[in-house]
Amino acid sequence: MSNSNDIEITGKQEFTITAYTENRIGILNRIAIIFSRRKINIESLNTSPSEIEHIHRFNIVIHETEEVVRKLARQIEKQVEVLKVYYNTNEDIIWQEMALYKVPTDTIAEKVSVERLLRENGARAVVIRKDYTVFETTGHREETDKLIEVLQPYGLIEFVRSARVAIIKDSDGFNRKLREFERREPGEDVIENEFLDKEKNVFSM
Amino acid sequence: MDTAHEEATTLTEPKKTTTVSGSVALLEGLIAEGTDTIFGYPGGAIMPIYDALYDYKEKLQHILVRHEQGGTHAGQGYARTSGKVGVVFATSGPGATNLVTGLADAQIDSTPMVCITGQVFAHLLGTDAFQETDVINITTPVTKWNYQVTDANEIPSVLAKAFYIARSGRPGPVLIDITKNAQLQMFEYEGYTPCEHIRSYRPKPLIRKEYIEQAAALINSAKKPFILFGQGVLLGNAEQEFKAFVEKTGIPAAWTILGAGAIPTDHPLNVGMLGMHGNYGPNVQTNSCDVLIAIGMRFDDRVTGRLDKYAKQAKVIHLDIDPAEIDKNVKADVPVWGDCKETLPLLTALAEQKEHTEWVEEFRAYDKTEQETVIQKELNPETGELTMGEVINKLNELTKGDAVIVTDVGQHQMVACRYAKFNKTRSNITSGGLGTMGFGLPAAIGAKFGAPDRTVVAIIGDGGFQMTCQELGTIMQSGIDVKIMILNNRFLGMVRQWQQLFHEKRYSFVDITSPDFVKLADSYYIAGKKVSEREDLGAAIDEMLNHKGSYLLEVMVAKEHNVFPMVPQGSSVSEIRLK
Repeated sequence: MSNSNDIEITGKQEFTITAYTENRIGILNRIAIIFSRRKINIESLNTSPSEIEHIHRFNIVIHETEEVVRKLARQIEKQVEVLKVYYNTNEDIIWQEMALYKVPTDTIAEKVSVERLLRENGARAVVIRKDYTVFETTGHREETDKLIEVLQPYGLIEFVRSARVAIIKDSDGFNRKLREFERREPGEDVIENEFLDKEKNVFSM
Repeated sequence: MDTAHEEATTLTEPKKTTTVSGSVALLEGLIAEGTDTIFGYPGGAIMPIYDALYDYKEKLQHILVRHEQGGTHAGQGYARTSGKVGVVFATSGPGATNLVTGLADAQIDSTPMVCITGQVFAHLLGTDAFQETDVINITTPVTKWNYQVTDANEIPSVLAKAFYIARSGRPGPVLIDITKNAQLQMFEYEGYTPCEHIRSYRPKPLIRKEYIEQAAALINSAKKPFILFGQGVLLGNAEQEFKAFVEKTGIPAAWTILGAGAIPTDHPLNVGMLGMHGNYGPNVQTNSCDVLIAIGMRFDDRVTGRLDKYAKQAKVIHLDIDPAEIDKNVKADVPVWGDCKETLPLLTALAEQKEHTEWVEEFRAYDKTEQETVIQKELNPETGELTMGEVINKLNELTKGDAVIVTDVGQHQMVACRYAKFNKTRSNITSGGLGTMGFGLPAAIGAKFGAPDRTVVAIIGDGGFQMTCQELGTIMQSGIDVKIMILNNRFLGMVRQWQQLFHEKRYSFVDITSPDFVKLADSYYIAGKKVSEREDLGAAIDEMLNHKGSYLLEVMVAKEHNVFPMVPQGSSVSEIRLK
């Protein structure tokens, strides 16, 4: 992967930051300015409900050194309405992005074996109309990029890719932790600097 | 709070409610939080709150400032001397934007403050209504927390949250923006319940025993340990715990400017000030100690100088309540997360009673050099123009170190911090992180309200004074007793010093003229005097201190005088220059 070369030269690599927050107006801004203040570009940002009602989950992808990411994670977790922040390399997570491709139906039907195209790219047709067809594929960046290349000669009209969503391999969810947070007196389980024990497995503060 | 009791009442009978306006609920909440003084300025969008305030004049003292920025600095001064939360009112639009400098100052200096701004009616939000501004988004980077209230029912709980957030953990400023309809809205008020838990907010990290043990082991084996302490000691009310730690371990301790006064200036283990204009020994010894113990300080660049040459030889123990500070600038070998009021006694218990006589003696030797080359000339010159240092020295002789010293920003600030004597904690009020010129005068007003029984002396330069001198009006109207000393060198002195040292004396726009400050004070019915001769200085300061009520003393000091020692920007702390 190009990433491994990159990390040797610049020390930078892709990190996925996962933040559990209260679902409140303004928290997106509070988190976003932590990056913009340091002139760090957010490559991908997804916010969604989490496995727990009323708690939101942010997935933020940036390209940085681990040292920078660790400091950013601490700054995010410092925000009053952020419950917990983790950061992970691509090896630590299962991640997906979804993409939609709109192409003219006549060209695609005439010139391509649609069935083969779908099969080879793990794609499916979402809508087939007289004038246009929309395909969908889910996967890593390279996979969704590949279908763009394939479709480009057939008059790709529109393309859109979603933000990354990611699941942390080595995590036992947030439910247990949340119960501790809701207790007035913190229990032994909530140890903010536990990352010092688990080292590389899970970052947590 | 007794939760069981609360539950019992809710089970047996429904809570008694009264119908009140959002504004009344706000004022009731402030009183419940122990607020006695508000610094503020009315305007269109906050009028319902001011209308309610009319009936609360007996319980809540409102100080009308002359500019909202002055309100925030007064709130900061009040918070810093009293240890309570500063409260500031301002209207929407320009009133709210004028708070930004004070909020930024309070944010970087961890000052607990609750600012209430009025906002246009909720239905007008986003319509570019008269005096509408997006204060929540403008203030997000400079507040610990902020919130917009559009419904009166939210007011009690949001205010409770605001106070809890402002003063707990690492303190900071909080802003609540209340739309006019919410201020006016009548609702069923159930009384005020203080906040003591927010599930997403961990004000104090849990203390880890193993790090206390590791820290103690390092301290006990150290040959040349050195303590750096900051405002965290004051904010944690941990002065006694800190003193006990220092005295048991016998470790020399140096302070950041916001940590000044956490132990008395005269304490034998207090070896002086850190940083760019700090003392010689503390800066040099940072790079020769073997264990560096940082307590409630954040390794600001003005303290560390060049980071890649900062204390590389030392093992670093960092005590801080804010996890984000650990490893931010200087990597900690032992991170002691937690409130230093709790961690210091644990550390003291494990530390061995010691005296590092030879090591402390090294500091004394550096001090001797600094005394001979810098300090004596600065404090006791016999000829030439008055120096800022001798003014502070005279002031020390007369106040004996009991006064609250408030400074503005610049050369006078560095000189005052270096030479002012502090017997008590919460005595040095200055703008540390943000370096806000114009901070001094309004902060002194707030400092006096926060510590009415203490003498408050504001030391301000001729430049900074002109940034917020309209607050003389606040002094006049409130009748408060603040002593103001303007150290006038007819220059923006610190910038001029840099231009002299690093820009070939190209004095670009640092020459500043001033009005007749004594006449200016006089027009506000404030007594004053101007002094420029050495023989008159002592009597003039004495007269100022003994004057009943506020007094402005303008002292004409040397025009081109530099503050030394100095760690030039980009240099290591051990490359500190004595001249």
